[in-house]
Amino acid sequence: MTAETVEAAASRADRQGRAGAVGDGIFRALTFFFALLVLLILGGVIISLIAGAWPAFRAFGPAFVISEVWNPVTGKFGALAPIYGTLVTSAIAMLIGIPVAFGVAVFITEISPVWLKRPLATMIELLAAIPSIIYGIWGLFVFAPFVQQYIQPGIIDTLGNIPGIGALFAGPPLGIGVLTAGFILAIMVLPFISAIMRDVFETVPPMLKESAYGLGATRSEVVWQVVLPFTRVGVVGGVMLGLGRALGETMAVTFVIGNAHRISASILQPGTTISASLANEFTEAFGDLYRSSLIALGFILFVITFIVLAIAKVMLLRLQKQAGG
Amino acid sequence: MKAYSTLLLSVAAAVAFGLAAQAAEISGAGATFPYPIYAKWAAAYAQKTGTRLNYQSIGSGGGIAQINARTVDFGASDMPLKPDVLEKDGLTQFPPVIGGEVMVVNLPGIKPGQMTLDGPTIANIYLGKITKWDDPAIAKLNPGLKLPSTAIAVVHRSDGSGTTFIFTDYLSKVSPDWMSQVGEGTSVEWPVGLGGKGNEGVSAIASRTLGGIGYVEYAYALQNKLTHTKLINSAGNALEPSIAVFQAAAANADWKSAPGFYLILTNQPGKNTWPITGATFILMHKKQDNPEKAKQVLEFFDWAYKNGAPMARSLDYVPMPPNAVAIFEDSWKQIVGPDGKPVWDGHSS
Repeated sequence: MTAETVEAAASRADRQGRAGAVGDGIFRALTFFFALLVLLILGGVIISLIAGAWPAFRAFGPAFVISEVWNPVTGKFGALAPIYGTLVTSAIAMLIGIPVAFGVAVFITEISPVWLKRPLATMIELLAAIPSIIYGIWGLFVFAPFVQQYIQPGIIDTLGNIPGIGALFAGPPLGIGVLTAGFILAIMVLPFISAIMRDVFETVPPMLKESAYGLGATRSEVVWQVVLPFTRVGVVGGVMLGLGRALGETMAVTFVIGNAHRISASILQPGTTISASLANEFTEAFGDLYRSSLIALGFILFVITFIVLAIAKVMLLRLQKQAGG
Repeated sequence: MKAYSTLLLSVAAAVAFGLAAQAAEISGAGATFPYPIYAKWAAAYAQKTGTRLNYQSIGSGGGIAQINARTVDFGASDMPLKPDVLEKDGLTQFPPVIGGEVMVVNLPGIKPGQMTLDGPTIANIYLGKITKWDDPAIAKLNPGLKLPSTAIAVVHRSDGSGTTFIFTDYLSKVSPDWMSQVGEGTSVEWPVGLGGKGNEGVSAIASRTLGGIGYVEYAYALQNKLTHTKLINSAGNALEPSIAVFQAAAANADWKSAPGFYLILTNQPGKNTWPITGATFILMHKKQDNPEKAKQVLEFFDWAYKNGAPMARSLDYVPMPPNAVAIFEDSWKQIVGPDGKPVWDGHSS
């Protein structure tokens, strides 16, 4: 190799390097801009929500979040009924959805014969692909009449008579209501939670499980003491994702919850959620205070989702620390 | 007039208005209830004149907001604005059509028109005072009808709506309790019941829930084959809903002495008058920056008043009687251009 060619090669490499540095710089600036854009949009949403909600907060003060009144005629608004409905329907969805999703995931990863695994997993995931309005229509036209005629009379006659918790299941049977909305939400969040659980269960090294079986552990002992501890971070993440979806779900809930601004002791009675109220009332909200109260509801939903996500993050950090220590 | 000079005139007009005539499109926004008839009129009008109407059925509240923001040429609302509000915002309003509302029920064995209800009973059902279908108040109105002891599932609109305004206005007129406890409005604080979005939401819930009762536009009940009831009117007669009995409510209406045409046609007197009837309204600014545009809007409604009646009836709306139309068109004199001259001269161009 001559000296000239060595120099030429060096300068070529240098040129390429410089060109690469410029490209790198542009790429960095571009990605930084995109990252910043997301923050700007988020900030813009928060600011416009607060600005829009301000008249309502100023008029009603902190009482806005603890008042059940929602009276467009007299112009008095309170957010308690929608907040209550949002939290209760999501809680029912989680109460039903988590155990079922867990069972599905355990069955697919640990128990199912190999030929059934893939079709079963695909079918569960298809549930997630159904648009929420389909769930709403199905809930209203098929599920709610069925619940009204065959399930609720039974619940009212049995659970409704137990002193104490009986108030939770008091009649009349309407089909549509908080419990039905919770049911539909449970079906909707099920695929999300179970898909994530299945994915993380599959990350457990076979050696760990086989060692446990080798030591004489039963299947349920393996699930509870090997698989779950190994994957709890992912499981909590999946549950939180499902909860986030349940809190914000609009159309399906609007169809089956009954859209009544009331807090009933009974979960068989109609209620409303924040997103359902917004979907129902925004178009025809007469007057600034009405509109502002709806925007305030949106802001509250934003805060609730933020709190849920923050709690999830804290829990994940704790779990990671425990696992590490 | 000779054909010759007509031709000359139209050439002159075409030259004078040039661009404006070419881009003839008027825009409106608001109430959902009259949307089907506005759309039908607009299609026929566009075919005849080339002027196109772009109407967005975003709801009465949205229509009022849009006309106040001047983003549309006219707004539409099922709830008339009170005269002082019209004055404050510099608006004027007039009603193009009238519609009727019916009660629909879902009880096994009960066929359309078999059940009879009256205003005070409906108010007590919607107040939660009557909770079973075999309540004595309902039984008294329906001797001979076998009523089950099914719980009543009250259904109302969950979205703000002119339909709700007309319904609650009627209940306020027939029930002092309703007036003092709930009142009237496009959305109210319902003491009991399930909410459905839109006429379709109410009819879906009322027809699927056993023991359901709801209020919907007549056309909706017809198209979806819902079980409507007879209603007892202010004269004490039990009536079947029909265009004739809706029209009777409008016939006695005294538009002339109602400032701003603020007139709600519920519970009107008359032997054959349907009790839950209401008009839908068009809103326009009295001061127009673009008089040509305003003229096109008024020409459209003038055409609809004069030629749109059969189309309205085919969709189960009640057209306005000619004597009322004369009063409404007289009020168009208030709509003036920047020069202070009325934009409407009483003739279509």
